[in-house]
Amino acid sequence: MTKPAVLIIGARSDIGKAVAHAFAARGHAMLLAARNSSTLESDKADLELRYNIPVTLLEFDALKTHTHVEFVARLPELPQIVVSVVGLLGTQKDSEHDLEAATLVMRSNYEGPSSILAAFANIFEDRGSGILVGVSSVAGERGRATNYVYGSAKAGFTAFLSGLRQRLASRGVHVVTVLPGFVETHMTSDLALPERLTAHPKEVAQAILGATANKKDVIYVRPVWRILMVIIRSIPERIFKRMKL
Amino acid sequence: MKLSGWGRYPALDAKVRAPRDNVDVQRLVVSEPTLIARGYGRAYGDSAINISCTLDMRKQNRMLGFDSTSGQLVVEAGVSLAEIIATFLPRGWFLKITPGTKFVSIGGAIAADVHGKNHHKHGSFRSCVDWVELMGRDGRLCRCSPWEDPQLFDNTLGGMGLTGPILRAAISLRPVESGWIRQTTIAAPNLAATMRQLEGAQDATYSVAWIDCLGSGSRLGRSLIMLGEHATRLELPEDAAQAPFKTKTRSMLPAPAGVAALVLNKLNVRAFNALYYRAGVRDAGVRLVDWDRYFYPLDCLRDWNMIYGRRGFCQFQCVLPLDHSEDGLSALLDEIVRARAGSFLAVLKKLGKQDSAFSFPMEGYTLALDFPVNERTLNLLNQLDQITLAHKGRFYLAKDSRMTAETLHASDARLGAFKSLRDSRGFTGHFRSAQSDRLAL
Repeated sequence: MTKPAVLIIGARSDIGKAVAHAFAARGHAMLLAARNSSTLESDKADLELRYNIPVTLLEFDALKTHTHVEFVARLPELPQIVVSVVGLLGTQKDSEHDLEAATLVMRSNYEGPSSILAAFANIFEDRGSGILVGVSSVAGERGRATNYVYGSAKAGFTAFLSGLRQRLASRGVHVVTVLPGFVETHMTSDLALPERLTAHPKEVAQAILGATANKKDVIYVRPVWRILMVIIRSIPERIFKRMKL
Repeated sequence: MKLSGWGRYPALDAKVRAPRDNVDVQRLVVSEPTLIARGYGRAYGDSAINISCTLDMRKQNRMLGFDSTSGQLVVEAGVSLAEIIATFLPRGWFLKITPGTKFVSIGGAIAADVHGKNHHKHGSFRSCVDWVELMGRDGRLCRCSPWEDPQLFDNTLGGMGLTGPILRAAISLRPVESGWIRQTTIAAPNLAATMRQLEGAQDATYSVAWIDCLGSGSRLGRSLIMLGEHATRLELPEDAAQAPFKTKTRSMLPAPAGVAALVLNKLNVRAFNALYYRAGVRDAGVRLVDWDRYFYPLDCLRDWNMIYGRRGFCQFQCVLPLDHSEDGLSALLDEIVRARAGSFLAVLKKLGKQDSAFSFPMEGYTLALDFPVNERTLNLLNQLDQITLAHKGRFYLAKDSRMTAETLHASDARLGAFKSLRDSRGFTGHFRSAQSDRLAL
């Protein structure tokens, strides 16, 4: 029997695909939302064939926030779980020199994902059930010279999720904040990442699966990041500003 | 990034790109001066390494369609055999042809035209491949099959990726009634008896011999012959017949890396071989074995390739034509015994008739061995090359990591035709691997 639907927002990303496999393998129906969603036909065929569950592709643009309420209203079925993996790393250099590029990074990591989760939050609150999962980033825990535009948007998103969780805690709706450290994806394929700190998208997906089952609030995919971020957050600003991190 | 094959020798610094779709592959094929595709890195040597551009195809691992009447499955090249079994065995389908590990990609299985324990009956991997889609030099997709561009098809099966990156393929699965194999074990005291047994087992679906390659003198070539048949539902005990596809999933044990470099020495390879043989003699007879244990006995040791330690190991696999098999095998085993370089695993198999453009198998006996990499065994391997050449044998490129171009060219008269096909389609300068450079392919 097929279990309640899970909606992945940003389903084209490597993490999005891994999350889809993790939930589909447990027998959940899948709703995959992305731009140019018809290019995900192969992924739909793959998930249906492997796990014998129905997959629906949905056209969605995180930046077109004025369409979000209607997107939710027109869904063929209201999902039980919504996972947002929307994000854009950009490059810090571009973000510094091109304010349009910076705005795009900010909107993609904060405004877009917050907007769509907000739309679901209201409906889930009325229904009195559901789980919202937002993939944010450890980069949002403290601004650093090398990626503060991205980081600041993620910081905003993390704060948004935290507030949403508090608001909905007594309403039967759970909110999960995911703070993956480095993940080996297309987004990071040009960066040299330290192996022990870098998770595979499948690890992130399993962590999200676990967090939804156990109603975890904030998860770091690899535990070492929790410790690292405690340290990084506790460095006094006058020292931090001279550090190269 | 450092890349090596399953034998961890040689390890080369290579630029790796992981295309997500055909558009990415196209961009790379058109812009990179030379490249080779790579799957799960299970070829033993440098077949799937190109230092200037290696395409990691593992992200292209979608299953695209299955026809439950004919059993035809269409997949992207990065899908592994393990994924196919996990998906389709519960529905009553199994691979028609499988090599000794399930952790290979469809692209890799096609490129090496792998064979299994049923080669004498069902041929190599090509016999289950309905069509292959490759990317040509110009970035265009081309489909080949026994009916559509058969020349490209024939050279792609066994062509080691040198006819262009494989993107998709259609393969046929076999209907099975259970996930169990009825295994018959027979002990043979020497090489002649081993060959007689394999000869007599032509009707068995699966047959293979494990050789104690440290047995010398009258015990030279003593072996355990393992025959197998897919068990029907009626042949299962009652509880298993209730859920015929449910076999215990084996947990993956980490192989004791490095430790084994100390452990795997002459003495205990000898002891292991002797014990294994004796256990086989004791357990001779018929029993039910699950598919995973039967086809993939080593897959449960994750990273078993670490057991030879840091320097890695080499595989040697040749096939000798029937009329040279007995002499040639004796000479090979003699040389190994004399070098006192016992191989941990030695496998002998009788292959059936096969006549294809560049695939490894031909009718005769194939022997596979592995040795840790060191001066002594590298010398021994050169000796084994010469014995193989003297007995008109040829070599399996998926296992090779150290052969010379002269040896290969002396062993295989088909090289000229393979090269002219590559020349005529503009592949030669473009689709290259460290192995094809070394072997002047």
